[in-house]
Amino acid sequence: MKKLIAFAIIALCSLSVLAQDNIATLRGETPIDQESAAPNMAKPMKDDVKRHRNYPMQPPVIPHNIQDYQVDLKVNKCLSCHARKRAEEAQAPMISVTHYMDRDGNFLADVSPRRYFCNQCHVSQTDARPLVENQFEDIDQILQNNAK
Amino acid sequence: MREWIKNYWHILWTPSKHFSLAFLTVGGFIAGIVFWGGFNTGLELTNTEKFCISCHEMRDNVYQELRGTIHFNNRSGVRATCPDCHVPHEWTDKIARKMQASKEVWGKIFGTINTREKFESKRRELAEHEWKRLKANDSLECRNCHNFEFMDFTKQGDRAVNQHSTALASGEKTCIDCHKGIAHELPDMAGVEGW
Repeated sequence: MKKLIAFAIIALCSLSVLAQDNIATLRGETPIDQESAAPNMAKPMKDDVKRHRNYPMQPPVIPHNIQDYQVDLKVNKCLSCHARKRAEEAQAPMISVTHYMDRDGNFLADVSPRRYFCNQCHVSQTDARPLVENQFEDIDQILQNNAK
Repeated sequence: MREWIKNYWHILWTPSKHFSLAFLTVGGFIAGIVFWGGFNTGLELTNTEKFCISCHEMRDNVYQELRGTIHFNNRSGVRATCPDCHVPHEWTDKIARKMQASKEVWGKIFGTINTREKFESKRRELAEHEWKRLKANDSLECRNCHNFEFMDFTKQGDRAVNQHSTALASGEKTCIDCHKGIAHELPDMAGVEGW
């Protein structure tokens, strides 16, 4: 009996070791006590082409490089093209009217402070490979599937 | 006092008694070379980044801001140092700028921007000086490296081409009109054209 228990424990231990080897992690095959080689830095996408929005209220992503854009209490580099006053000369899309509304829906003369920090919602894109598969489905796709 | 000046005046305007004409001319010539060389070397010494950041005002504020930008750190390893943009390369302009810099020495002695807070409160004024200077000389210090004649529009982004082939090409605008704050943080831009 004792022998059997010991054998079972050994078998369990070896199984768990095997299982550990099979777990896929973001750090890959590199052992926990070693540093894996860092992947290359992803390049920003800067083709100025508008991207698809996955749902109507999705904040549009930024199709240009925004490295070193200063957005702080003193100045907002994004608004130097995208503000209402600047959009014509810069031929940039004006920030939507919601950005000029306070939370009670009143329209303000300038950008609402709660909408001032662009990167809270809008981000630029890089050519990085997704780390995991994206299973998001567009609402149109879901409706289509349900109709079937 | 008056006698004393008169005395020296007299000595200066009397022909030399002990030194030959050759000694005075050749000696004067050599002394001139040494003086001029020394002056220029000293001047060039103040036109180095090492000199600029030997003061904490420059080292802790503007130099730190420069370090993250493309003019410090980039793919090809060519970089601009402080004097490349802030000191004119032509001799007369350089001397004129150096004379203005005496005010900066004054500022250093009396600690006009010797804390971060003092520097921040002066940032707009100091930035405006540089914008004004670059606007007046058609962004000469930019153009010392970025030559419009050799810009390849086909290698620029569409937005860059739109601006460079029109406003910049016609001379209506100059580099600094759009490219503000490329090497240092911007001050509060309220009221600045284009912001």
